[in-house]
Amino acid sequence: MYNKKECVAMLLAGGQGSRLYALTQSVAKPAVPYGAKYRIIDFPLSNCVNSGIDTVGVLTQYQPLVLNEYIGDGQPWDLDRLHGGVHVLPPYQKASGAQWYSGTANAIYQNLSFIERYDPEYVIILSGDHIYKMDYSKMLNFHKEHDCACTIAVIDVELEEASRFGIMLANDDDKIYDFEEKPKNPRSTLASMGIYVFSYAKLKKYLIENENDADATKDFGNNIIPALLENNERVYAYRFDGYWKDVGTIDSLWEANMDLINPNIPIDLYDPAWKIYSRNPVFPPQNIGKNAKIQNSMVTEGCFIDGMVEFSMISDGVKIEKDAVVTDSILMPGCTICSGAVVEYAIVGENSVIGEGAHIGARPETIDNKDEWGIAVIGHNLDISEGSVVPPKKIISEDIK
Amino acid sequence: MEINMGRVLGLIFANMHDNTISEMTKARTMGSMLFGGRYRLIDFALSSMVNSGISDVGVITKANYQSLLDHLGSAREWDLSRKKGGLHILPPFGHVQTGLYRGRIEALYGATSFIQNSLTDYVIMSDCDMISNFDFRPFVKAHIKSGAAITVATSTQSFPPELIHESNVFAVDENGRVKDVLISPEVSGSCTISLNVYVMQKDLLMDLIQDCNARSQFSFERDILQAKVRELDIRAYEYKQYYSKIYSMASYFRANMELIEPENAKLLFLPKRPIYTKVSDNAPSKYGLDSDVRHSLVADGCVIDGVVENSVIFRGVKIAKGAVVKNCILMQGTNVGTGAELCCTITDKNVKISDGRVLTGTDGYPVYVAKGAVV
Repeated sequence: MYNKKECVAMLLAGGQGSRLYALTQSVAKPAVPYGAKYRIIDFPLSNCVNSGIDTVGVLTQYQPLVLNEYIGDGQPWDLDRLHGGVHVLPPYQKASGAQWYSGTANAIYQNLSFIERYDPEYVIILSGDHIYKMDYSKMLNFHKEHDCACTIAVIDVELEEASRFGIMLANDDDKIYDFEEKPKNPRSTLASMGIYVFSYAKLKKYLIENENDADATKDFGNNIIPALLENNERVYAYRFDGYWKDVGTIDSLWEANMDLINPNIPIDLYDPAWKIYSRNPVFPPQNIGKNAKIQNSMVTEGCFIDGMVEFSMISDGVKIEKDAVVTDSILMPGCTICSGAVVEYAIVGENSVIGEGAHIGARPETIDNKDEWGIAVIGHNLDISEGSVVPPKKIISEDIK
Repeated sequence: MEINMGRVLGLIFANMHDNTISEMTKARTMGSMLFGGRYRLIDFALSSMVNSGISDVGVITKANYQSLLDHLGSAREWDLSRKKGGLHILPPFGHVQTGLYRGRIEALYGATSFIQNSLTDYVIMSDCDMISNFDFRPFVKAHIKSGAAITVATSTQSFPPELIHESNVFAVDENGRVKDVLISPEVSGSCTISLNVYVMQKDLLMDLIQDCNARSQFSFERDILQAKVRELDIRAYEYKQYYSKIYSMASYFRANMELIEPENAKLLFLPKRPIYTKVSDNAPSKYGLDSDVRHSLVADGCVIDGVVENSVIFRGVKIAKGAVVKNCILMQGTNVGTGAELCCTITDKNVKISDGRVLTGTDGYPVYVAKGAVV
C-alpha cells in the first residue's frame, strides 16, 4: 500500500504535568479540560487537521487511560483516515528489551519505525501543553524556503519573562546561532514554543547519534538543538505573533481560560474557518433557570444553571443550584455547586460536588497578605461537604467530610 | 423472556405529516425539522431505536430530503455507521415500478427488497412527529407475549380536537385488543389515539404489503388497520412515558417551550438513553457583560449580549446588546440586532432581525419568520 505523507506530526503527550497537582493526578496534562468544552490536546490536533496534516502520532506514557479513550479513532478531529490518521503510541516492548520514554528525543527515537511507514520528507514535533491556533503549513513552507534542517517556532516574550523559556539567539535573517534553556540573564526575547519542523533525514541522523551518546539526556532542548547548532546545520526561527499560552501551572491554566472571555485577547473560537474540534459529549442544551444570572462567561451543553455566574468557564454537565455563586472560576465537566455555595477564583475538577453553603477560594482584595492568595483547586471526583471552607491557594485532592 | 433486539428492523418515515406544519416543511422533511435547541425531529425516533438495541434502520423519504441527508451523513453520530446493518436511506424511485408514494403501503412496497434482505424477524415503524425517548424493548416484549399480529403504541387521555383530527382513534377492549379504527374523526373528550408506532413480524408485514399493493390499496391505516380490524389481532400498547406530538405550528411551539421546564427536560433527556444528534463543533456559548438570560434553553455557539426569557435558542444564535427576546424559538444562526424586540416569534435558520425591529405573536399563533429572511 502506497502510504507516503509529506509531513507527519509527532505530538508529545506523555508529560505528567506535575505543576497542575490534583488536576493531573489521574489524567495526563493534554487531557486536562480547558475552555468549557475542550481538552488541551484539541488545540494541536485541530491545528494539524486545519493545516492539512492528517497523520499524527501521539506519544503517551503518564496516565494514558483518559487520553486514549478521548482520542479514540480520531473521528472528532477528522483524523480517522484510510491512510494515516491519529495513532496513540505508548512505549512498548522490543526484542532488545523494554524501555520507558526517557526524554522527548528518546520518545521520538523509539517511534522512528512509525514515522518510516509514511516515508515523510518532514516531521513536525508538537507538544500537548499549549493553547494556540497556528497554521503549521505556513511554518512548513518557511522551512522549505529556507532549506532548513530544523525550524523552531518562536514567540517574542517580555524580557522579564524570558528566563522561563528556552531562548533562541538569531541573526537578522532569523538564522539561529545559539540557544539557552531558561537563562538567568536572557540575551534575547525569542522564546521557543516547543514546535519544531525537521527535515526527516536530519532528524533521524541526530536522534540516532543522540541515542548512542551515553551522557545525553535524550531531550530536544538539551541535546538535539545544541547538536544541530554545533554542526552548523541550518536552524531557523519561525516567528509567530498570535495568541500562545503555556498551561503548565494552575495560574497559567486559570489565566488561559479567562483569556477566552477577555475581548482584548486575540483568540477566537468562533471562526468557522479554523474550528477547534473536540470529542463532544452527548448532552441536551443548557438549561438556564428562573433564578439564573449569567454574565461574561462561557457555558456549554448539558448544564443546569439556576445560580449566579460571572467571569467563569462552565463545562458540560455542570449543575449550579439556586443561590449558588460562581465568579472568576473554572468548573470542569460534571461538577455540582449546591445551593448557597460560593466559588471564587477557583478551579473545580471533574464530577466534584461542592456542598451547600461551602466557600471555595476568595477574592484577592479580601486577603491582606498577597502571598497567601492564589487560585483554590478542588481535584476530580471529590465531595466537599456542606459548609466547608477552602481558603485561597489551597489544593484539595481528597474529600472533605 | 429475553428478546434479541438485533432481530428487529427499524423503519422511520421522514415525510409523514409534513402537511401539518407546511410553513416549516417547505424545504425540509418533518424528520429534519429543527427542535429543542440542537435537534432535528428524526433524532428522537432514531436515538430511541439505537438506545433500544436496534442497529438496522431504514429511513423512508419522499421529497425535500436534502436537509435530512445532510443531517444524517454517515449516521456515525447515532452509532449507525455499521458493517452489519446500520442506517439506510430509502428514497422514492429506489426500485423499478415505484415512485412517489401515496401512503405508507406504497412507501413500504418501494422498500420491499431492503426489508426482505435485512436479517431481522420483526419490524418497528415510527414517524417523526413525536418527541419521546421511547424504549422499544418492553414494546416488542409485549407484542411477542400477546401473540398479536400488530401492536400499536397508543395514548389515552383528553386531547385537543386539532390533535384528534390529525390522528387515528381506536376503540380498545379490556384485553387491549383494537376493536374499531376511526381515521381523523371529529370527536372530542378523552380517547385513545395511535402514536403511529407499530411492531409486527416482518413476514406478515411483507404479505400484507404485497396483497394491498396488488389491489392498489395504499393506506396502511385505512386498508390494513381499519379494514382488517376483525380479521387481525391488533393490540394497543399504552405508552405512559413523556412525549409530545407535533401537529401544528402552535403544538410545535408548545413542545419546545415544555422542555425549558427542568422537570420535563429530565423526563426526555435520560442520562442512560441520550438523544443523539449531528455534532457541529461549535464553541461554548458566550454570555456578555450585559446579558440577562433566564428560564431558557441555550445551545452551543451562541453569543448573547441581550435579554432572553422563556426561549429556546439554537446553535450559533447572536443576540446583540439591548435586544429583548421573550417566549421565542430562535433557530440556528439567527441574528438579532441591537434594541430589537421579539415576543412569541419563531425564526427559522439564518434569519436576520435588524436593529430596533419589533415582532410580536401570541402563544397560540406565533409569528413565523422563514429561513434566511431579513426583517
